[in-house]
Formats: sequence, structure tokens, C-alpha cells
Amino acid sequence: MLAFIIRRIAQSLFVMVAVALIAFLMFRFVGDPVNQMVGIDTPQEEVARLRESLGLNDPAIVQFGRFVWDVLHFNFGVSYQFRLPVTQLLAERAPATLELALTAAIFALIVGVIMGVYCALNRDSWLARVFQAVSLVGVSLPTFLIGILLIYLFAVILGWLPSNGRGQVVKIGEWWTTGFFTASGLKALILPAITLGLFQMTLIMRLVRAEMMEVMRTDYIKFAKARGLRTRSIHFGHALKNTLIPVITIAGLQLGSIIAFAIITETVFNWPGMGILFLKAVQNVDIPIMAAYLMLIGFLFVIINLAVDLAYGLVDPRLRVAMRA
Amino acid sequence: MSIRRHLLAAFAAVALSSVSAHAVTLRYANQGDLKSLDPYTLNETTANAHLGHVYDGLTTRGKDLKVGPGLAERWEILDGAKKWRFHLRKNVKFHNGEAFTADDVIFSADRVRAAGSNFQTRVPKDAKFTKVDDYTVEVELSSPNPIMIAQWDTWYIISKKWAEANGSAAPTPASATTPSHISLNANGTGPFKIESHQPGVKTVFKANPAWWDKKEHNLDEIIFTPIPNAATRVAALLSGEVDVIEPVPVQDMARVNASDKAQVLAGPELRTIFLGYDQSRDELLESNVKGKNPFKDVRVRQAFNMAVDKETIKTRVMRGLSTPSALMIAPDLFAHSADFTSPKFDPEGAKKLLADAGYPNGFEVGMDCPNDRYVNDAQICQAVVGMLARIGVKVNLNAQPKAQYFAKVLKPGGYKTSFYLLGWTPGTFDSHNVLNDLHGCRAEGSPRGESNLGGYCDAKVDELTAKILVEADEAKRNAMIKEAYTITTKAFAYVPLHQQALAWGVAKNVKITQRADNSVLLYWAVKK
Repeated sequence: MLAFIIRRIAQSLFVMVAVALIAFLMFRFVGDPVNQMVGIDTPQEEVARLRESLGLNDPAIVQFGRFVWDVLHFNFGVSYQFRLPVTQLLAERAPATLELALTAAIFALIVGVIMGVYCALNRDSWLARVFQAVSLVGVSLPTFLIGILLIYLFAVILGWLPSNGRGQVVKIGEWWTTGFFTASGLKALILPAITLGLFQMTLIMRLVRAEMMEVMRTDYIKFAKARGLRTRSIHFGHALKNTLIPVITIAGLQLGSIIAFAIITETVFNWPGMGILFLKAVQNVDIPIMAAYLMLIGFLFVIINLAVDLAYGLVDPRLRVAMRA
Repeated sequence: MSIRRHLLAAFAAVALSSVSAHAVTLRYANQGDLKSLDPYTLNETTANAHLGHVYDGLTTRGKDLKVGPGLAERWEILDGAKKWRFHLRKNVKFHNGEAFTADDVIFSADRVRAAGSNFQTRVPKDAKFTKVDDYTVEVELSSPNPIMIAQWDTWYIISKKWAEANGSAAPTPASATTPSHISLNANGTGPFKIESHQPGVKTVFKANPAWWDKKEHNLDEIIFTPIPNAATRVAALLSGEVDVIEPVPVQDMARVNASDKAQVLAGPELRTIFLGYDQSRDELLESNVKGKNPFKDVRVRQAFNMAVDKETIKTRVMRGLSTPSALMIAPDLFAHSADFTSPKFDPEGAKKLLADAGYPNGFEVGMDCPNDRYVNDAQICQAVVGMLARIGVKVNLNAQPKAQYFAKVLKPGGYKTSFYLLGWTPGTFDSHNVLNDLHGCRAEGSPRGESNLGGYCDAKVDELTAKILVEADEAKRNAMIKEAYTITTKAFAYVPLHQQALAWGVAKNVKITQRADNSVLLYWAVKK
């Protein structure tokens, strides 16, 4: 078991180094950061001095070595645009992204399961057909379009919900800011959370529907019916419980991608999270922010996958044998 | 226990913050961020306008861009513009209560010229500042400079005591590893104070009741949020969540005007958009003409000027929101602009000129164009490609993000372009800058002509430019500028296209002044 864990962690480290290398190589092609930091009529000798002070004149391999060395010391450098430490910028933005991702995930899970169960049990009803159609929209329409449509309907035309921002936030402790405790904060959360969670909701709904229909055909459900158990207890006590195991695995794995793909939703709703910070960093060639964000997302996926692998090992006896070998 | 305490504190904070609801708050969204609060970090119109609410310069520029007195009440130009004496305003206080004196001016003059400042050219290197008394400063120059104060409205004066006490005596350099106090806090003399600043998220300004000048706004508070996504920005304006946005994308202007909540405030900007061509290399980098450079022939340059239809670009690409230009400077900035006219649009004549120059079948040339820098920049280039195709010139367009574009075409990239589109606003609002930076002969070790990407060069123009810098008599000076422009337009040094239009979205209950340099200055805003 221990050897398995060590092996997996070693593999994860390898992945992280690969992410760092790819990220770093990519940055050499996004353009020149210095031109974004000065005005067009800045004297060139000053530009040259700036380039030198940022270490951009060193060979690529030296720059990469310095980057890895700093990362190992948990130092992601200073943002070119804001002249603030990247770790501080990301830490300030993390609560916004995490709250949005969490709300979106919970929304996707609850609504997805309810719609999935309903579709499985009432396969031919018109409401089930409506749900199926909605799910098709969720899969096929791009996120930014859904976001803009929601903004125009609920913010511009109806004026019920805000079109952008986090509303009023409240500070908890040193680092965390939350929109959960204010009316404007909660209102601001609704549209982006729906936009971000819609795809996952669709996924979960379709998964639950398929799994549930599968389970409903199994022998023990038939036996339960034969025993004369109440329909409600068969559906929710027996069938749904067995459906939920793969659903929870998927939902857990998807949490990583919800956080990573919040970039688009955050941009459309001007949500002050890490994603929009990253996008602006790309436009301004702010390499330290881009590097730190990619490393962070890479790290997130590695951790989630590692946890899932380890959990499988604990749950599935067949894997446990493989681990010992 | 501690969580409960935090929650209680949180609820208390919410309860308190809803008390002051009757204050007049103006919400403003811009596509760009307010990055650093250090007024010497980034020389950019948006940043300068933001910080202009908090800081003051020795001079100001009014609604018509005329230079007026600021922290300096008045000044005298002595010794043929070699010596300047500034009389400072008395009873001016910084936001923290300190009095403003000559020491602060001298400190700011040193700081703005120090390494790491992006504003080093604001104050001439050789200018010697001396304190005569607490409210008089003398500046001595080694050569006359009648336009020394042209950009002093955005050279903001910083408190010496405050900066030194907070470890911010030197400008915040780009390579700083720790943030400086002054990049996150501000202490100016201006009409607003910074209440809170979260870079890239939100900045709150509160009115300064003790401001020295007469207040022309009725605001208690300005909340600034950057909204980079254009669709979101427009939606925020139309839903009434923000009062002012800059810019409104060209395609959304009709919709904003059709709404009952807001309207577009449009006007000509000072930036001139133009085409340039490489006329210095012996062979173009990107062309099928080998062994010679077609742009060295004035007939080819003239043909390009005649083949580009500025009116069509205005009506088709800019939807009417541009002012076609014959000069490389906006008409507002040069008194004799009306004396110049663009060459007539004449594709047949252009074709003939090309044939005379030895290209009866035209030629092929690569073109560099940014696609996220100016209003409809890539679309303008596409239109130009079509227009030049009519005279047989095949243009291979390379439209790219500004980060890559500028890296390729500017000096550090080695001017690697044969034909390009660029925009230019003279920082000094004066022709000298245009002649020096865009028309000056490039020379090793000199900043002259650094943005002259095509390498146009005429010794006579350089000679005039040097004289224009030191000429104090305005009529004589304008005559020399006119002479220089006559030479450059005869040589078809560039293809000037237009001045693009400013487009601000403003809620109907807000009155605001639009200044032609695109500075959004809310200390002239009145909200009903």
C-alpha cells in the first residue's frame, strides 16, 4: 500500500514538472510583457533596463531554472501588471472562485439528481421530455452564450438580478471574503452559478437517469416489488442509493474542472475570481500570474486524481491486490 | 467560538454599511484595470485619469485641454524659456493633513526622474529645481524649452514626508519583489481620496471636502470596477448597475442609444490612426520584390495614399465614428491643420503612378496589424487590403494580438515590418512630439525617431524639429511646424487615416464632460 502511494505521488510530481515546463515554454510565444508595462512613447533605453531587471535577457534554460527554484520555495514572483506578489493576488481571488464553484457544484448535483430521477421514473411524461430538451441545451450551448442570455433576460430586461460582480461581500478572518451572508451577495451568485453548473447538471441528470433505469431492471428491485414494499421506499431507499455511487465519483472529479473552467463564466459575469485574473494576465502577458495559475490548476487535478485513486484502492478489493504486487 | 464571533462581526459590518445609503454614488466601469496607485509607475491615459482624482499637478488641463494653473497658482517664464519661476498655491493640504510646500515639488521632481519611473521624460533631465521659499520654486534649464510644462498636468505631486515615512521615496520599479506602500495607498491633494483599493477588482473614491479648488461635482463617492468583457460592460450600463462605461463597442452604440437608461457620448479622439511603410531597408522583409524596396520610390508611397479611401473606411468600418485626417496630428492640436488636405481618392491615378515606378502589375507585401489595440483595427486593415488589391498590390495581412504585434514591429523587435497600422497620440499634445518621434531620422543612441518604424528620414525636418523645440514665439513656431508638415506630406511619409471617435456610455441622469484625450474625469460629473 505504502509503495503504491509513493509511486503515485512520484508520478504526480512528474506531472507537475511537465505542467511547469509546458507552461513555461508556452509563455515564450504569447508576446512581449515589457510592451504591456510601458507606454508606446517610453524611451527605449528605459524599456531595455526594464527587460534586464525582469531577467528576460537570460537564456530560456536559466529562466526556467529560476522559475522552478522559486516555485519550490513557494514564491511565484510578482505580477507584472499589479506589482503585487502573485500568491497574494491568487489568495485574494480564491474565495470568489471557490464559492462560485461550490455553489455551482451543489446546484448541479441537487437539480441534476432530481431531474434524473424524475426522468427515469416517468420516462414518457411531457415534463421528462422537457428536461431532456433542457439538458440538450446545457450540453450544446457554449457557456458564454448561456451567460449572456441569462444576463439579458434577468438583468437587463427583467432587472431582477445583477449582471456582474459579487455584490456586497463580508470579510471572515484574515483572508476569506464571502457573499453568502448578504442579500446582494446571494443574488449575485445565482446567475453565474447556474451558468457554470449547467453543463455538470446535464451530465449528472443523464448519468442518474441511465443508472437508475439500469438499477430498476435488476433482480433485487423486482424482489423488493414482489415483497410488496412501498414504491417510495423502493425508489429512494434502494434504487437511488445504488445509483449515487458513480454519480458522486463523477461529481467529485468534475469539481476540479468546474474550478478550472470558471474562467469563462467569471469573464462574462465579471466575477472577481482567479479565472478572470488569469484571462487578463494572458492579454497582458503577465507571465508570473499565468504560471502560478496553471500550476495551481495542475496541482488541483493531480490532488483530486490522487485522492480518487487512493479511495478506489480502499473500496475495491481487486485493486488492493494489484497494489500489493 | 471564534467562527461565531467572525459571523457576528460580519453581520454587524453589513448592518453598518447599509446606513449611509443616501450618499450620491457614481459607479464607473472601464475595460482596463487601475493597477498601481503609484503615480509614477505606468504612463497610460486611463491610469493617469484615475489618479488625477486623487493627485494634482502643478498645472491642470481644462475641459478644452488648455493648460491652466494647478498647484502652481502662476508662473513666470524668464531668460528666453531657460528659467521658470513657479508660485505655489498656499493653504493646500494633502489628504493626511500635511501642508503642501516647495519641498514636495522638489522631492517629486527628483522622484519622477529616478530609475524605475515611467514618467522620466515629464521633467527634463537637466532641469535644476531650487527652493526660493516655501511657496516659490525656480527651475533652470541648460537650453530653452517653451513646452516644458506641456505634460505637467499628469506629473502628480507627492508628499515628501509621507512618501519617505512609508518607504516609498523611490518609484515602485517593475521588478520590485515586495509591494510598496504607495502602490496600494494614496495621499494626494486632489478632489477625491482613495477609500479602498483592491487591484483589478474595485476601487472606492470618497470626495475630499477640503479640496483647494472649486468643486464642480455633486458626488460623495465613486466606485470603480474594471469590466474587461465588452458585452458585460454594456449589460451593466443598460441594467442600471453602473452609471458610466468606457468604451462602448462600436456595434453596441445603437442599442445603448435606443435604451431609456443610457446614451452614448461620442466625440473625436486625439489619437491618429495611420499606415506606415518600411522606406529604409534596401529590400523589404516581406515582399516578392527582390533587390530593391518599392517604398523608397515616392510615387509608390503617393499611390498608396491615393488608393486608400478614408471616407469608405469611415462609413463602412467605423460606422461614421471617425474623422478622416490629412495630417499625422489631430486638428485640435495644430492651428493650421485646415491648410492640409488628403490626396484625392483615385485608384486609376494610383495604378498609373505604380506603372511609372516600374510596377505595372503591382507587387506583393506583408502587412502587420494589431487586432485588439485600436477601434476596429483589424477590420481597417482588411479594408485596406481590399483597396490596395484594386491597384494590383497584393497585401498578405498578419493581424495579431497587440502583445505579439508590438514585440515584432517596435524597436526591441528590430522594426520587423514592411507595412503596418499604428495609432499615435502625442503625449505633449504638441506637434514637436509627432515630428520628433514619428518623423525624426533614427540614430543609434538617440531616442529620436524611435517610433518611426518605417525609417522615414529628412535632414531638413530634423533641423526644423530641433528649432521648434526651443522657439518660444507661437506664430513663428506654428509656421515652422507647417513647413515641416509640408515636407513630410509631400514625401508621403505615412498614410494618415483618421482620428477615431471616443465612445462613453453614460446613464441619462448623469452629466459628464468628455475630454478629447479620453480621460474620464468624474470631478466634472453631476448625478441627479
